Amino acid sequence: MSGPAIRAHGLSKRYRIGAARYRATTLKDAIPHALTAPYRVLSRLAGRGPGRRAASELIWALEDVSFEVGHGEAVGIIGRNGAGKSTLLKILSRITRPTSGWAQIDGRVGSLLEVGTGFHPELTGRDNIFLNGAILGMRRVEIERRFDEIVAFSEIEKFLDTPVKHYSSGMYVRLAFAVAAHLEHEILIVDEVLAVGDAAFQKKCLGKMGEVGRQGRTVLFVSHNMAAVESLCPRAILLEGGRIGSSGDSRSVVTRYLSTGVVKDVNPLLDCERTGNGKVRITEIAVEDRSASRQTFARSGEPLTVTLRFENHGCAPTDRVSCGFSVHTDRGVAVFHYYSHFSGVSFANLPPRGEFRCRVPGLPLAPGQYLLMTRVVLNGDHVTGVEADFPAAQVPLSVVGADFYGTGSSQLSEWGPVLVKGEWTLSER
Amino acid sequence: MSAGPAIAHAPVRVKIEPSHGWLDLGLAEVWEYRDLLGFLVWRDVKVRYKQTLLGVAWVAIQPAFTAVLFAILLGRIANLPSEGVPYVAFVFGALLPWQLFATALLRAGTSLVGNAALLTKVYFPRLIIPLAAVLGGVVDFVVSLAVMAVLMAHYRIAPGWPVALLPVFALMALVTALAVGVWLAALNVRFRDVQQVIPFLVQVWMFASPVVYSAGVVPNGPWRIVYGLNPLTGVIQGFRWALFGTAPPGGLMAVSFAAVVILLVLGVAFFRRLEDTFADVV
Repeated sequence: MSGPAIRAHGLSKRYRIGAARYRATTLKDAIPHALTAPYRVLSRLAGRGPGRRAASELIWALEDVSFEVGHGEAVGIIGRNGAGKSTLLKILSRITRPTSGWAQIDGRVGSLLEVGTGFHPELTGRDNIFLNGAILGMRRVEIERRFDEIVAFSEIEKFLDTPVKHYSSGMYVRLAFAVAAHLEHEILIVDEVLAVGDAAFQKKCLGKMGEVGRQGRTVLFVSHNMAAVESLCPRAILLEGGRIGSSGDSRSVVTRYLSTGVVKDVNPLLDCERTGNGKVRITEIAVEDRSASRQTFARSGEPLTVTLRFENHGCAPTDRVSCGFSVHTDRGVAVFHYYSHFSGVSFANLPPRGEFRCRVPGLPLAPGQYLLMTRVVLNGDHVTGVEADFPAAQVPLSVVGADFYGTGSSQLSEWGPVLVKGEWTLSER
Repeated sequence: MSAGPAIAHAPVRVKIEPSHGWLDLGLAEVWEYRDLLGFLVWRDVKVRYKQTLLGVAWVAIQPAFTAVLFAILLGRIANLPSEGVPYVAFVFGALLPWQLFATALLRAGTSLVGNAALLTKVYFPRLIIPLAAVLGGVVDFVVSLAVMAVLMAHYRIAPGWPVALLPVFALMALVTALAVGVWLAALNVRFRDVQQVIPFLVQVWMFASPVVYSAGVVPNGPWRIVYGLNPLTGVIQGFRWALFGTAPPGGLMAVSFAAVVILLVLGVAFFRRLEDTFADVV
């Protein structure tokens, strides 16, 4: 096959966001609504009255989106909610038409916008495999051929002839994903289906997605799981407000997404409650990644520099200053504290303004949301010293998954905030 | 994992554009998705009588009960003529195609809205949905046909050669239901008023068709022509002709059926025109 598998040119989609369709929930509401309905319809047809739609009620969910995806390529689509990801997938899956622009698709498209579409609760697992397979675009012979694999993958052999309404939600989702994972289409369009099931099954799904990519099939993968996007897709497209914000190798696109992510609102340290004598005042906490550019997020296992910007308000040149920072989970549990004097370092001769910098060679945090705090003490350790500044502010830090163990995989433990790596050996005793 | 797809698919190249012309009915693609059509019909049939005590027996009970009711009310009390056929058999012979038509129309009309979850999540030719709804009643029809056979054996009525045309008349009933159904289904996506109107439409249509009475009671004249243009008049007369050897349907049946085919083609074109918006509006 020559040429790209997917070629999108100037895809745009406009939606009307008029008043949401009125739905009466009670008879009392329904009757007056029904009686006035003919009037509303007539006035809308006449272009008058409340039914008329203003131009401001039109929104462009997607605007002039062009890109190409080669055969066998796996491309991640990322972006905030409402950035147009789902609309793009719906257009490429032919569920809805673009308002303008076109796309050309070379190959059969299997789209998984939701697992379990068309499952019928009254039917058995066996029946639903066939029904759901057919809905996803498989031919009967294909389903028959893959049937045993689907059942094995779903781990529900014993309940194959039980109506799925009696399934637990986990079993239901496993069966649904199993059917979807065995589509044989050349092009797969996948929307956030990995956000299902327990951790173990999610891992299995991710593995399956990686397998699909290695088979040389084309994959478009939408997810909010940045680690998954980075590990499954060499290339990524960032959608921002319906337009392509960035496109290229997935690591840099993910970086851009995460760094534009947090709105640079007011610095929480400028106006917060604080204790201490005030001789040193921390004005800002910032983090830098290994390329020394400022970030609002960090990657597991990678170098991270924490910068504490300060103002000197009357420290004597001989004062020994120890500064520290701490990391807390988003539930407020302390993960670690680190003062400079732990490493035998204290500072003297502080300039009027400056920065304390602490370089951590490998960040031992698992992916998640954390909070940074800081404290400065003079002439002593964190217990005996005089507290100079202890702001109550908590600065958010998001940590995303990366290749912590240096194995080329970003699979990380999610059972706890700390990651450890070491050397494994086997010996006989 | 196997090495790759063992089924050779013709290379598929799809161009996605804002809209297409009026006259592409997209029937080739419907044929491509025939397995899905089959599974949807099978689902409807399988689900309908799940968790019922009598199961598929309901298929026979409903029309039989209706026929007995009509026989008592209209045959005995109102004494309507029935062209020499026992009134129960006479009504049941008409209820067969009528039920086939009415359930097909009712289901097709609300089929798209009823399958909104599918419309917004997966692509397939949308025509599959009303088509599956119409075909879902065929199993019921076949069971009812067996009840009819028992009834005819009881009254010792032997059908002549026209009984071979029964499938043709049944098909006409289905095509009529589909022709009207695709219009209603597509309109119902935007205006839910349609689903309020459908039961009413079916009821009026029933009295405009010779279900409980003989077509012979309609007086000659211009109204007779209008009456003959109702495709169900021909279908029901055809059924009675095939089963009991009563008067065959008149020449107007050909005219009405030509009209149905035109309605169907226009309906499918209309449906195709609107189908791009189903997912956005439903």
